Amino acid sequence: MTAPTVSSSADRPPAVGAAPRRASAWGRWRRRLSISGLIGLATVIFWLLVAALGPLLAPHGVGAIVADDSFASFSTQFPLGSDYLGRDVLSRILYGARYTVGLALAAAVLASSVGTALGLAAAVTGRWIDETMSRLLDALTCIPSKIFALVMVAGFGSSVPLLMLTAALTYLPGAYRIARSLAVNLNVMEYVEVARARGEGRAHIACSEILPNMIHPMLADFGLRFVFVVLLLSGLSFLGLGVQPPAADLGSLVRENISGLAEGAPAVLMPAFAIATLTIGVNLLIDSLPGRARRFAQGALR
Amino acid sequence: MNTTTLLIARRIGIAALTLLLVSVVVFSITSVLPGDAAQAALGQSATPEMIAALRAQMGLDAPAYLRYLHWLGGLLSGNPGQSLSNNTPVAQLIGLRLPKSLWLAGAAAALSVPIALSIGIVSAMHRGSYLDRGLSLVTLGMVAVPEFLVATVAVLIFAVKLHWLSALSYTPDTPGLGQFLRAYAMPVMTLSFVVVAQMARMTRAAVVDQVSRPYVEMAILKGASPARIVLRHALPNAAGPIANAIALSLSYLLGGAIIVETIFNFPGIASLMVDAVTNRDMPLLQACAMIFCCAYLALVLLADVFAIISSPKLRHR
Repeated sequence: MTAPTVSSSADRPPAVGAAPRRASAWGRWRRRLSISGLIGLATVIFWLLVAALGPLLAPHGVGAIVADDSFASFSTQFPLGSDYLGRDVLSRILYGARYTVGLALAAAVLASSVGTALGLAAAVTGRWIDETMSRLLDALTCIPSKIFALVMVAGFGSSVPLLMLTAALTYLPGAYRIARSLAVNLNVMEYVEVARARGEGRAHIACSEILPNMIHPMLADFGLRFVFVVLLLSGLSFLGLGVQPPAADLGSLVRENISGLAEGAPAVLMPAFAIATLTIGVNLLIDSLPGRARRFAQGALR
Repeated sequence: MNTTTLLIARRIGIAALTLLLVSVVVFSITSVLPGDAAQAALGQSATPEMIAALRAQMGLDAPAYLRYLHWLGGLLSGNPGQSLSNNTPVAQLIGLRLPKSLWLAGAAAALSVPIALSIGIVSAMHRGSYLDRGLSLVTLGMVAVPEFLVATVAVLIFAVKLHWLSALSYTPDTPGLGQFLRAYAMPVMTLSFVVVAQMARMTRAAVVDQVSRPYVEMAILKGASPARIVLRHALPNAAGPIANAIALSLSYLLGGAIIVETIFNFPGIASLMVDAVTNRDMPLLQACAMIFCCAYLALVLLADVFAIISSPKLRHR
């Protein structure tokens, strides 16, 4: 499906004065993205920048009470209105994005990398380890993600490291399952057989032969895990069980301003919209990735 | 027939084993920090002697595996202990709340399954068309929207702007149809929103997967119409995967219910569980968690059994 596009753009002679190879690979990748994919990419970059630079961009301090009335509507002075204490909603969102994006990134990286490592290990080592690991992680998937998070918070109390660990544990089995199925299929390929016949060790086979060939689907899967984690953690914060005050992620912002809903205050809706743009953006980006990576990722579910 | 029964028996056995493992996980997480129950029941002013006495009385000083067996026995015999925060039996609290949650989930399922299947099958019939791409983008967006955004927008439109429904859900014990609709409309709509999108995408994928098989190509070459190809040829073979899609999406109702019940103040079991977390009411929390896990496993098991029964390959073996 996408193969002809790839080869035709690869065969095209490089334009005079074209940037070196790296840039043309980027250009090729970009050309393959659909419009929705480009929108997704732009959104993702936007939110990464906000998470990195948010506090520098914020017009007001995160706790500063600057407006005269609470739940004010949009104005030039406060572009997204004011919250229940009269703080600037835009600044609150710019600060809060740091928690939402940062925590979710950390948890998704943890889940995906550990899942990939375990999946690889299961594929190249013996059957016994594979079976045990698969059964144990399967049992973990049978606890719905939000229920597991609630149990963890009840057991250990809510703190930022615990939230990250909980989210990572919740989505680890899914990443493991996909990594394992990819690795098992690659493990019987001829070039892996050749490497094995050459006398390469298991670690070499896993890292140098199998891993490079599964990195693209795993990256798409990582994007999906990131979306799940964002939704899970902001859901928890919305329940008051996630990031604890005075710190606030985007979910906490919805919670603390929920009393403004009856007036239709932007303070309730804007943080919720912010989360939606982030998650929809990542989804659009993943959806426009070339076939194989996407197909694997889309088999997964929250 | 024999293989089918054997396969089903095997699935049930695996599900039971998994449930046992899940119970170990839930119990260990919630009892790693010891002694809290006695401390919580007596409050800050309790002397160490009082706490020790109560711990002995509650059986908290026993080794962990004994406490686990005791708890498991209680669960299986329908007596999962005493709620710590309001000192009523957990079974009684759950008995009051569970039917309401089941009604909510049932209504959401009844609304979302037909809509989702229609969207999924129509997209698969017209795959590649603008309709398919449009629906795909819409459902892709819907999947990623947090429930509380859907819920707040619904409240804003239907309760604040239009005054059709009240923002707080109140369910009298024997509701008439009108009351039932008013109380359940927004929670059901919110719950269905994400579930429909997910189910539609998975249904489309299941049907499209069949459409790329050789027997469908054969049907195309025979000159069958696109509608006939999908409905008559592909759909029966996709029944198993679709059942799987329905079960997995419906299991999402379990998690979604937590947010929806809280935001609409709906007196169901999910909001009971959130209260249990806030109050660190472990017996109640453990029982609620096990109910959710049971429901999840039951859904997956049902889908598995349905896939086994409906698979034409297995049927003719």
